[in-house]
Amino acid sequence: MYTMVLSISHRITGLVLSIGLIVLIYWLIALADGRGAYSTALESLRSPIMQWLLLGWLFSFFFHLCNGLRHLAWDCGFGFERKQARASGWVVVISALTLTALCAIWIVHLRGATA
Amino acid sequence: MSLRTPLGRVLGLGAARDGVSHWWSQRLTAVALVPLTLWFLVSLARAGSLDFESARVWLTRPLHSVATLLLVIVLCLHSRLGVQVVVEDYVHSPGAKLVTLVLIDFAHFVLGAAGIYAILRVTFGVAA
Repeated sequence: MYTMVLSISHRITGLVLSIGLIVLIYWLIALADGRGAYSTALESLRSPIMQWLLLGWLFSFFFHLCNGLRHLAWDCGFGFERKQARASGWVVVISALTLTALCAIWIVHLRGATA
Repeated sequence: MSLRTPLGRVLGLGAARDGVSHWWSQRLTAVALVPLTLWFLVSLARAGSLDFESARVWLTRPLHSVATLLLVIVLCLHSRLGVQVVVEDYVHSPGAKLVTLVLIDFAHFVLGAAGIYAILRVTFGVAA
């Protein structure tokens, strides 16, 4: 049951990240378009809703990354026993949450230092 | 008794013919994205405030342009393969499935082209 929830979460975070890809491309296009377009883009990216969404994307990224590495290990034939799969599942959830928190704190800290 | 033809066994492509290459591309792009995404996140965070000037300076550096180009290309490939699998599994009506798959293909090519164009335009300094 638990491993099943993780499996569907890999797909959901993947889809979420695909939507995030649109935001990344939008940012690049705005940067190429010029000062006006870029400040509009930054303004919307810095709105409270977008900041929360960006945090969601950050978590989705770390979750998808950690769980993806778990899948790659399986592909190589490691960790497929039920006990190992459960244990690595917990490692994925805890690492993803920790990395998201650390990264968010780090980014806020850097922003404070340069602002 | 195996019903597979000798040729089929040698080619090893399975019934759908392209399942293996899809599976393999998904893993290959996944492995490539591990360093690319982590680099992007760390490098961009360290670039500072990301206002217009500093973002442009960041992207214009040769290593950053090339790595960001690779990132955009590999992200589009990986995302396309991933979303394809999800659509194939959850969209059941054949017509809707085909239309959705075509739209997803188009969307990823548009995103890829737009991203590559934007990076090159900034890098080669077309005045903005």
